[in-house]
Amino acid sequence: MHTEQLIDGVLKGNIRAIARLISIVENELPEAAQAMRSIFPHTGNAYTIGFTGPPGAGKSTLVDKVTLTLCRQGKKVGIVAVDPSSPFSGGALLGDRIRMRDISLEKDVFIRSLSTRGNMGGLSRAAGDIAKILDASGKDAVIIETVGVGQDEVDIFRTADTSVLVLMPGAGDDIQSIKAGIMEIADIFVVNKSDREGADGLIKSIQQLLDSNPNPGPWRPPIVRSIAVQGEGIDELLSAVQSHREFLVAGGFLAARRKERLRAEIIRLVERRISKLIQTQLRHNGRFDALMEKVIAREEDPYSCIDRIVGPLEKE
Amino acid sequence: MSQEKIIRVMVAKPGLDGHDRGAKVIARALRDAGMEVIYTGLRQTPEQIVTAALQEDVAALLLSILSGAHNHLFPRVMQLLKEKGGENILVIGGGVIPQDDIPGLKNAGIREIFGPGTSTEVIVNFIKENAH
Ligand SMILES: Nc1nc2c(ncn2[C@@H]2O[C@H](COP(=O)(O)OP(=O)(O)O)[C@@H](O)[C@H]2O)c(=O)[nH]1
Ligand SMILES: [Mg+2]
Repeated sequence: MHTEQLIDGVLKGNIRAIARLISIVENELPEAAQAMRSIFPHTGNAYTIGFTGPPGAGKSTLVDKVTLTLCRQGKKVGIVAVDPSSPFSGGALLGDRIRMRDISLEKDVFIRSLSTRGNMGGLSRAAGDIAKILDASGKDAVIIETVGVGQDEVDIFRTADTSVLVLMPGAGDDIQSIKAGIMEIADIFVVNKSDREGADGLIKSIQQLLDSNPNPGPWRPPIVRSIAVQGEGIDELLSAVQSHREFLVAGGFLAARRKERLRAEIIRLVERRISKLIQTQLRHNGRFDALMEKVIAREEDPYSCIDRIVGPLEKE
Repeated sequence: MSQEKIIRVMVAKPGLDGHDRGAKVIARALRDAGMEVIYTGLRQTPEQIVTAALQEDVAALLLSILSGAHNHLFPRVMQLLKEKGGENILVIGGGVIPQDDIPGLKNAGIREIFGPGTSTEVIVNFIKENAH
């Protein structure tokens, strides 16, 4: 398929085209940049919701039920489900679809599983681009599920329009196990598996945490209790998302969030490009090796070495 | 980080049989061989399998079955793939499948059938060589 045809297919919501373009972007194939350029003007219409939380908390099950409800309301939904890759083989077992069965045949739902591929910074780029492709394909909502562990995942979570943190009772120090910084940026807390013992205690500790915030913002994150497997709490969760959305719009925060998302994205791309540039330059003309030899022989120190490498770039 | 393209594979269990130990063993072996493996769980209809395979843009699809319904389900998957533009996907079968049924399945477009005793290495290599 030609890139032009591909873009056309994506904009029309064609499954093959969407799937192909996602692969192109994920693998950073040469045509990716041009394709994303053509896609970009058609983005900005979907509302993005991030779901994060420890493995097994019930995120995929929640996403399944939430999406089903949205479908019944006539909404089109795109889902990006991220799972960690194996540090040993680079491969990954992507199992989120196991819990997304109710929506597996919905015509207006597109689900894509994504591995972290172990590369720093790469995940948020790929997830962001995939979200844009789904947005351009006409989805009303784009949901991104991640295990809230790495910095990349925190970044993704931070840039969703609404960020939902899913926790479950048990494990006692559950809250402590979440990556520092995630609690602070959650817009909505879900205490899932509240059919289990300990849900009340968990709710209490989240409340305490929210109360102890020395400078609380204008939005107090609500805590929603759910039993995802039974579909309980889904309406409450969706109305919490709706309230948050209205709050963002009314206060002008939505525009600010999206601006921040774009800003972070551009900075990331610039950093990536510059670091690639430096790496290829250094490798290709052997300058780096020559400098290294001098440093090893103590004829040059590492700090002047950096000046020599970065200095010329700074002058421009 | 290797520049080699990462192979995406889907392991699916069509039919009504109730356990997936074998499928999971293969799924893990493929992951350990560096592939991204999408696993969709038990009791998937051909429609569900094909929809997922297309959305995930997998290079290979491994159908694992124990229930004996392969003669109906495998060709149905192949037919749907053809209808929906997924004819490039390498489809292979695994599980309990009588020798006599194999020619018919291959005729329907299943590229290879791996019986219960097959080492996972053989399957890994077959996918590496034939999926693109
Ligand atoms: N008891 C109980 N189990 C649940 C609930 N929600 C999900 N589960 C189960 O918890 C396990 C993990 O769910 P999953 O959605 O895959 O969690 P994820 O790893 O956060 O995406 C699955 O076996 C679900 O069936 C719930 O509300 N109550
Ligand atoms: Mg999950």
